[in-house]
Amino acid sequence: MNKKTLTMVVNGKTVEKMVEPGDTLLDVLREELGLKGVKKGCGKGECGACTIIMNGKAVNSCIVPAMQAVGAEIQTIEGLSNGNGLHPLQQTFIDCGAIQCGFCTPGMIMSSKALLDKNLKPTKEEIKQALAGNVCRCTGFVKIEEAVEKAAEILKNGK
Amino acid sequence: MINDYVLPKTVEDALAALKQGNAKLIAGGTDLMLDLKSCKAAADTLVDINGIKELKGIKESDGNIIIGAGTTHQEVAESFLIQEKAVVLAKASGSVGSLQIRNTATVVGNIVNAQPAADAAVALVALGAEAEIVDKEGTIYQPVENLYAGLAKCKVDSSCQIITAVRFPALFSNQGSAYVRLAKRGALALPMLCVAVAASLKDGKIEWVRIVMAPVSTKPLRALEAEELLKDKEPSEEVILEASKKAAAMADPRDSKLRGSRAYRSSVLVNLVKRGITEAIKNARQ
Repeated sequence: MNKKTLTMVVNGKTVEKMVEPGDTLLDVLREELGLKGVKKGCGKGECGACTIIMNGKAVNSCIVPAMQAVGAEIQTIEGLSNGNGLHPLQQTFIDCGAIQCGFCTPGMIMSSKALLDKNLKPTKEEIKQALAGNVCRCTGFVKIEEAVEKAAEILKNGK
Repeated sequence: MINDYVLPKTVEDALAALKQGNAKLIAGGTDLMLDLKSCKAAADTLVDINGIKELKGIKESDGNIIIGAGTTHQEVAESFLIQEKAVVLAKASGSVGSLQIRNTATVVGNIVNAQPAADAAVALVALGAEAEIVDKEGTIYQPVENLYAGLAKCKVDSSCQIITAVRFPALFSNQGSAYVRLAKRGALALPMLCVAVAASLKDGKIEWVRIVMAPVSTKPLRALEAEELLKDKEPSEEVILEASKKAAAMADPRDSKLRGSRAYRSSVLVNLVKRGITEAIKNARQ
């Protein structure tokens, strides 16, 4: 098998890895780069736990071939905090009780970030649409919606 | 087992790459990646078309809307051009999977995968779309509705042919379209039934109408008898209901644990078709 060179920008840093041609992006992010915040849930693009932002768009990394990320800009949950404090989405998820077991949280937050990067005044409907591909079995979703609304408010005022 | 992954820059390079052994085209990969994992599909080499610039995007040319094979459902759903001149497709693409899926899966992928209920393909049949198919012999155009070779089997062979685009006439101001979908929940749910309709009005009468239902057959099913019945008629509630009953009578839905019983789906289909025709006509009048 010929390993392929994958160069991409992950959380602001250029990385180069030799990957198997059949690897998924999730495999590479978790196993090669150690970004274990990217969760593997269903492995079928249905639960959203593996959601990352690729070139500004939320995608399920479990069904994206790694080689599709050649030259791409990737953001994962690990890139959100700047080291001096949590990202407003991370903080509001905690404050609103939008986290219970936490397994869906990185995906939820990345889907929310993809939304807020484009729209700091989302309606409830827009939030629901953006998060429709992320399943949470604990919280019942309402607190997650509230957390996204609150984070939007903070980010808007901070700009 | 995937031994190689190729990212060609041109259609010619993609065709050349397909010739090498057991190769398959990949665009969004949202179906193919799962099929490879479950061994429903096999390939040694994946030929990824996402690096081919000419296959990206939506354009209007000489009254036709052309959608490149690398265009995602979300790009189509958000396109003002599609929303204005082919709203049935904007709605259909907008109801595929979740946002994450729509950000990767392509409209043309819905044709190649040949699932009878693939939302965008159902809408494309209503729009009278043609696929642009390229292979080593050259380029041909085939109506999308003629590309089904059986359940989940496309006549286009993605190991040696490429659908490079789909094209269909942009709807004029006297024409309209609609998409009606029944699913267990509002998002990330397979359709139990979907109906796509495009209609043209002339002097207050229906000039032509295309009614497509799915999944009620091995392919998106045109309700030809109902279309014929409506032709040259004023769109009254009575005639629309009569046509809807005729359409539903042509459908052959299966009992399905995922999509509901045959009896339920047959009965509710009449109303969905009626709603689709009514909305398409309303859209044509706007």
